[in-house]
Amino acid sequence: MSMVDNTAGPLLAGRGLVKAHGRTEALRGASVELRAGEILAVTGSSGSGKSTLLHCLSGIVRPDEGSVTYAGERLEELPERRLSELRRTDFGVVFQFGQLIPELTALDNVALPLMLAGAGRAGARAAAGEWLERFGVRGQGELRPGELSGGQAQRAALARALVTGPRVVFADEPTGALDSLAGEQVMTALVHTAREAGTAVLLITHDARVAAYADREVQLRDGALAPLEVAA
Amino acid sequence: MIAMSTRHILLGLLASGPSHGYDLKRRHDERFPQARPLAYGQVYTTLQRLVRDGLAEVGGTDSDGGPERTTYRATDDGARELARWAGEIAPPAPFVANEIFAKVVASILSGGDPAAYLRAQRAAHMERMRELTAVKSAKGADLATVLSADFALNHLDADLRWMTTTAARLTTLTAEVDTA
Repeated sequence: MSMVDNTAGPLLAGRGLVKAHGRTEALRGASVELRAGEILAVTGSSGSGKSTLLHCLSGIVRPDEGSVTYAGERLEELPERRLSELRRTDFGVVFQFGQLIPELTALDNVALPLMLAGAGRAGARAAAGEWLERFGVRGQGELRPGELSGGQAQRAALARALVTGPRVVFADEPTGALDSLAGEQVMTALVHTAREAGTAVLLITHDARVAAYADREVQLRDGALAPLEVAA
Repeated sequence: MIAMSTRHILLGLLASGPSHGYDLKRRHDERFPQARPLAYGQVYTTLQRLVRDGLAEVGGTDSDGGPERTTYRATDDGARELARWAGEIAPPAPFVANEIFAKVVASILSGGDPAAYLRAQRAAHMERMRELTAVKSAKGADLATVLSADFALNHLDADLRWMTTTAARLTTLTAEVDTA
């Protein structure tokens, strides 16, 4: 079922990552590897540095020390223009809430990344409609985010993260604001779609029931990652 | 964990119509896919007790091309007993008797390494949760499978949350047990 490629090197790797916010060190030498097609859960208590790790790995912030390598490119050596391009074409991001643009319909929200990448409006909207269909929210395509339920908005956000065919999706507590059934629909949609498309997912969560959708789990403790022991 | 009542589960399965022992076992295992499968001997003994207590009766025999089998059906008393049991609240975990809890305390008492044990136990719990999640999110999973996987997942999650809190408390806890 899993499409993890165990033979090749990691698609995305962070090594010795250190990042401080003011005087607080959020990451203290964290290292993590994500293989192509792998769904990896990063767990840990609040304040353990999970979101900071995601921001470093997705090139949103630069670590103070350490390096992030994506498909052979070291992110810290890339000019901002190339980083932006990567974030647009190769990376998709889903947060807990709030990433949809409130003034646009769900359909236009999903079409937007394609239009930013140069697609025409009609083609982008047609593709966006197909993605909304896959996530069971095509009927809500003409509604604005404020008119969607939390679960519908989150499924539209997933469609937006996946519409460009990214190789990695970064999901930061994607079900954190949802009740358990809505959360389950979002996770099932994310996992099925990622597996079909061979998309790798870095899933940040504090909820073991969400982490259980992943192939593997690593735990952040005090800003460093501990792979979990294999059960005897 | 509160012991499940095989009597009441069989009465529940008989509520949809007369059935024989083998069929009851098969339907039990389908309806409760994550439960321990019923032994045929247990089904047979329980049916005899239900008959003895007037909650079920022999309905006839059914050969269906194979060997002859006795079919059973629930009596009116059986239906009333099932309704009574199904509406009765279960005691909300009056005693804590859990192997994980016992091991952690024993490990603290004996100067062992409870933190290492908790990490290994967490990995085993997560592995089981991944299996259950795959089972319930597979396309075409039926309701019985989803319900039973949900039940198991939520209980494993409760264990995990207790283990996480305990790992965080361990230093304090150890000090308290030491001075007791």
